[in-house]
Amino acid sequence: MVEIAFFAGAAGAIGGAVAVVLLKNPFYSVLALVVHLIFLAGLFLLLNAQFLAAAQIVVYAGAVMVIYVFVAAYVGGIEEPAFDAHPRLRLFGPLVAAALFIEISIAVAGSALIGLGTEGVKDLPDGFGTPAAVGKLLLEDFLIAFEAASILLLLAAVAAIVLAGRRRVPTEEGT
Amino acid sequence: MSIEWYLVLAALLFAIGAGGILVRRNPVVILLCLELMLSAGALAILAFSRMTGDGDGQVFVLVVLVVAACEVVVGLGLVVAMFRRRVALDVDETTELHG
Repeated sequence: MVEIAFFAGAAGAIGGAVAVVLLKNPFYSVLALVVHLIFLAGLFLLLNAQFLAAAQIVVYAGAVMVIYVFVAAYVGGIEEPAFDAHPRLRLFGPLVAAALFIEISIAVAGSALIGLGTEGVKDLPDGFGTPAAVGKLLLEDFLIAFEAASILLLLAAVAAIVLAGRRRVPTEEGT
Repeated sequence: MSIEWYLVLAALLFAIGAGGILVRRNPVVILLCLELMLSAGALAILAFSRMTGDGDGQVFVLVVLVVAACEVVVGLGLVVAMFRRRVALDVDETTELHG
């Protein structure tokens, strides 16, 4: 049963990822990424990360993708560069990707980590992956990371306004 | 499912994302491929977290989520700024870092 769920999730995630790269219209690429993220959330569930699966769907597939959809719709259509990579990269890109995959796989297989062939530890701590457990870790052990993340989000919001906001053109008499 | 499968899947997704970044020219799609690579990394971290039964990895993934959101906001802000200034949305064309 777990195998079926894993392979279904993996097939969906890989299909979504390939579609992101191959679809010509950026708008469809965004939708393909949403599909990819939803299947990935299913895989998170298989890994006992319930809270993160929910967060992935709400924050990522929901909120972040909406920004993408807005920008793709705002920018879209106009002088859309077709899928014609730089001639050298057209051959080189997939080659590098394949080499990267093979190398990481070899590194994983050769790492000789003890837990690699297992399904993870048998007796998970109580409430592993629940919002309560993650929240407790976040506010006790990782409080500084939590605060830094909030400052980072604030900075990003300000940066977006500065970058994309309309500039007021200064006039002769000042603003 | 053994943890190895998850790690190989994460490697494959990462490689697809990296290949996409090399091949595509539209900055929006390049950002999407970056998202692919980040989520592949998140999957690998969660697999390791499950392997050791330690919840710390899940907090790590939450921080990755935050970083990804920030990167998206700044990247798309740049795309909108490029569009406003009638700069071609093609990373091969924009070769000068002038203001």
